[in-house]
Amino acid sequence: MRGHCPRISAQESIFRIQFMVENSEFLPSGKPKISTMEMRGIVKRFPGVLANDQVDFDVQSGEMHALLGENGAGKSTLMRVLYGLYQPEEGEILIDGTPVKIESPHDAIEAGIGMIHQHFMLVPTLTVAENVALGLPSTRGALTDLDNVSARVLELAELYGLQVDPDAYVWQLAVGQQQRVEIIKALYRGAALLILDEPTAVLTPQEVNELFVTLRQMMVDGHALIFISHKLQEVMDICSRVTVLRDGRVVGQEPIDQVTKGTLAQMMVGRELQAKPEKEETEQENVRLALRDVWADNDLGTPGLHGVSFDLRAGEILGVAGVSGNGQRELAQAINGLRDITKGSVKAGERDLTGASPAEIIEQGVSYVPEERMEDGMIKEFTVAENLILREVNKPPFSRGGFLNFRAISRQSEDLIKQFNVKTPSKDTPVKNLSGGNIQKLLLARELSRKPKVIVAAQPTRGLDIGATEYVHQVLTDQRAEGTAILLISEDLDEILALSDRIIVIYEGEIMGEVDAGEADPEQLGLLMAGVRSQTGE
Amino acid sequence: MQAFFIRHPKVWRAFDILLPFLATLAALGVGAVMLMAFDANPVVAYGALLEGAFGSTNAIADTLVKATPLLLVALGICIAFRGGVINIGGEGQLVLGALASTLVGLTFPDMPGYLIIPLALFVGFLAGGFWGAIPGFLKAYFNVNEILSTIMMNAIAVQGMNYLLKEPMIDPVQLEAASRIPQTARLSAAFDLPRLVPTRLHLGTALAIIAAILVFIFLWRTVVGYRIRAVGMNASASRYAGINVPRNIVLALALSGAFCGLAGAIQVFGLHHRMFTDGSATGFTGSAGFNGIVVALFGQLHPLGAIPASFLFGALIVGANKLQRVMQVPASFIIALNGLVVVFVVSADYWRRRMARRREAEVVSEELISSEAEVPT
Repeated sequence: MRGHCPRISAQESIFRIQFMVENSEFLPSGKPKISTMEMRGIVKRFPGVLANDQVDFDVQSGEMHALLGENGAGKSTLMRVLYGLYQPEEGEILIDGTPVKIESPHDAIEAGIGMIHQHFMLVPTLTVAENVALGLPSTRGALTDLDNVSARVLELAELYGLQVDPDAYVWQLAVGQQQRVEIIKALYRGAALLILDEPTAVLTPQEVNELFVTLRQMMVDGHALIFISHKLQEVMDICSRVTVLRDGRVVGQEPIDQVTKGTLAQMMVGRELQAKPEKEETEQENVRLALRDVWADNDLGTPGLHGVSFDLRAGEILGVAGVSGNGQRELAQAINGLRDITKGSVKAGERDLTGASPAEIIEQGVSYVPEERMEDGMIKEFTVAENLILREVNKPPFSRGGFLNFRAISRQSEDLIKQFNVKTPSKDTPVKNLSGGNIQKLLLARELSRKPKVIVAAQPTRGLDIGATEYVHQVLTDQRAEGTAILLISEDLDEILALSDRIIVIYEGEIMGEVDAGEADPEQLGLLMAGVRSQTGE
Repeated sequence: MQAFFIRHPKVWRAFDILLPFLATLAALGVGAVMLMAFDANPVVAYGALLEGAFGSTNAIADTLVKATPLLLVALGICIAFRGGVINIGGEGQLVLGALASTLVGLTFPDMPGYLIIPLALFVGFLAGGFWGAIPGFLKAYFNVNEILSTIMMNAIAVQGMNYLLKEPMIDPVQLEAASRIPQTARLSAAFDLPRLVPTRLHLGTALAIIAAILVFIFLWRTVVGYRIRAVGMNASASRYAGINVPRNIVLALALSGAFCGLAGAIQVFGLHHRMFTDGSATGFTGSAGFNGIVVALFGQLHPLGAIPASFLFGALIVGANKLQRVMQVPASFIIALNGLVVVFVVSADYWRRRMARRREAEVVSEELISSEAEVPT
């Protein structure tokens, strides 16, 4: 195969690509195309769940086929079957019309299938070339052949327009660059069909655009691409066909020009979506939470917050936008007393909360929906009822004289389960057995039942499906209408734009700027998120 | 088998409870092979074991007496485990409780028993708690590994005991006789815990069972118990919930030590009526501080589960002594048999948990599907 791909200049390569696309069975990488891949009648059962029920799915060379569906719809299961991680009970996989057995990721790679996981599978302390070579036999036996690997990486980078330095260490690379390394890794292994699992989840708007340029080129080159997402706009922008899964079954398979965002959303959730939550006019006078020049260290002991200041008023939602890992976690924890504030002050109304204990801050009516709900927000071995009193176990009516009052605890949990429509077998079920959306509902139920003055909501809809996300948005909007001050920390720009009154952007622990939600545009926010200050600020 | 258990949850329950006993039987089966290697008839040998443990009123009483400190230590271990810390310091805490309560008894020889017995038991409880609180404090505020620190506290307690029993607290009679056996004088007979039946069985056994019920109530019915369990399950979520995590770690280890200390006090006032040493901890404790850990695991870290577990282990220890006397097998056989039981029980528990997880997943997903069907959307 190598023979088909001598080193060539960029200019030549473009001609070559065009020539090959039209006339060749080979990809720019020199590997053969997969002209069709078909999955027929795939059935995959898990104990008590039918994850895939007679699913038909196919993808062809030169197209990007979107696989849409809510969490638990069976998207990942289907792709895991294709990538050899699961064995289906029924059904077959055909590549170019020939049935193939894919019993392991190794078989999948052999067959020309590559997968870009949502969480990158890279070793940060190794170089790009080392990561690419990882797990592959060397042409020099026991010795490494990293020079050859580097050369090939450069070659692929040039062919596909994926700028990357083979000798850079992965930890030095930005998220977008790491994703390019993942793509090159798959291409290096000869992938003709690429599965992209929510590839845009961790990228800034600019990085998404760059990725899409690459993916479009790959389509033209004759790759077959599968795009897993629940972001409808992206699917509409880049895919040629879309398959929607619900409850393990295909509920729709259409060319992209036959559908709209609305019809797709309806297919995914199986019902009409509510309109965007209406924002009522609210009084936004009283400052409920004031941060002044707050500094705090991150887990490495270096400053994670660099002098953050803002006011949060009653009846408003203040959105904190930013790419993950820019101090959002430190900010939420510092406000809630879970991280030492090294400098500056936090005030709730007149009360100084700098250095207060979490218990004192809870006492002041600050509710917190933490980013890691299973690790920080819930005790997963405890039951639903036990978790619902986690922050108020020492208060009447839940306990009297040091003894738990089970009657009050069950009444509370029954009320909240009903009010927040939590799907759980019973109030005595351990929380670990609930779905992500229901756990988030429980958390909100607990935090809101305290009638908070301030809510700090960190990534409140991360990992939730459309229905649950909609619900969380509604709850936050209702709280705003009741005059609660809400700090919404989110990496989902659409969410920030939809809910916030004002938006601040955090980058490397600093507030880059503030914009009024009415005037904000994603492009401007994207620049701030990437650390480019607005001209007016300079 | 899985499907059968799901259809019959009661059978599943019963099987889970029986499993440790089945594991014990399996261990005895392997022990039988070892006995045959010693040219001993396993049937006769195990007959002797059973007779030694249950053969007479006295045998049963001895089993219960042996089980008492095991149960109390196991209760302490349950609290520590539930609080997410591991207490290997039962031996030292037991010694401390015994020493402190003995001191009370020796200091007030002429006071009435109904005053001194409760006082001494309480002081023993506090002393063990103090000895447990030290590693708890080091763990909570300086992140010192509690497994290492509790073991070291054992060594300190033993050497402290050896010194005290050789010098300041030694029985004056031993000084006069110049035999200098390291033990205290016998405590006033007024301080003997009441006998329950005319055997060695004393009130301490009943106290231990009451303590087990109280620990159960404490862990599952009180705010403090809830917090200790929360910290043990997930320290980070507990901190988020406003629970003072370090304080609860100290409390868990202090309470754990306190029940071990109570075990020591009850050994003195119920059984030995004095404190003595053979230079190691085992001489006085009979390794109850360690065996209690096994008992706690055997009882699935549940205070009520520890009651039958301690009884079974008591029986095994008492019966094995008889077996060894009758069959004339080496004493190390008894240690090996004990070890076999531990290995089998712990492995069976691991297996049970894995099976339960799988079955739970099935049951829950079925329940969820049916509950989702009911909720109108």
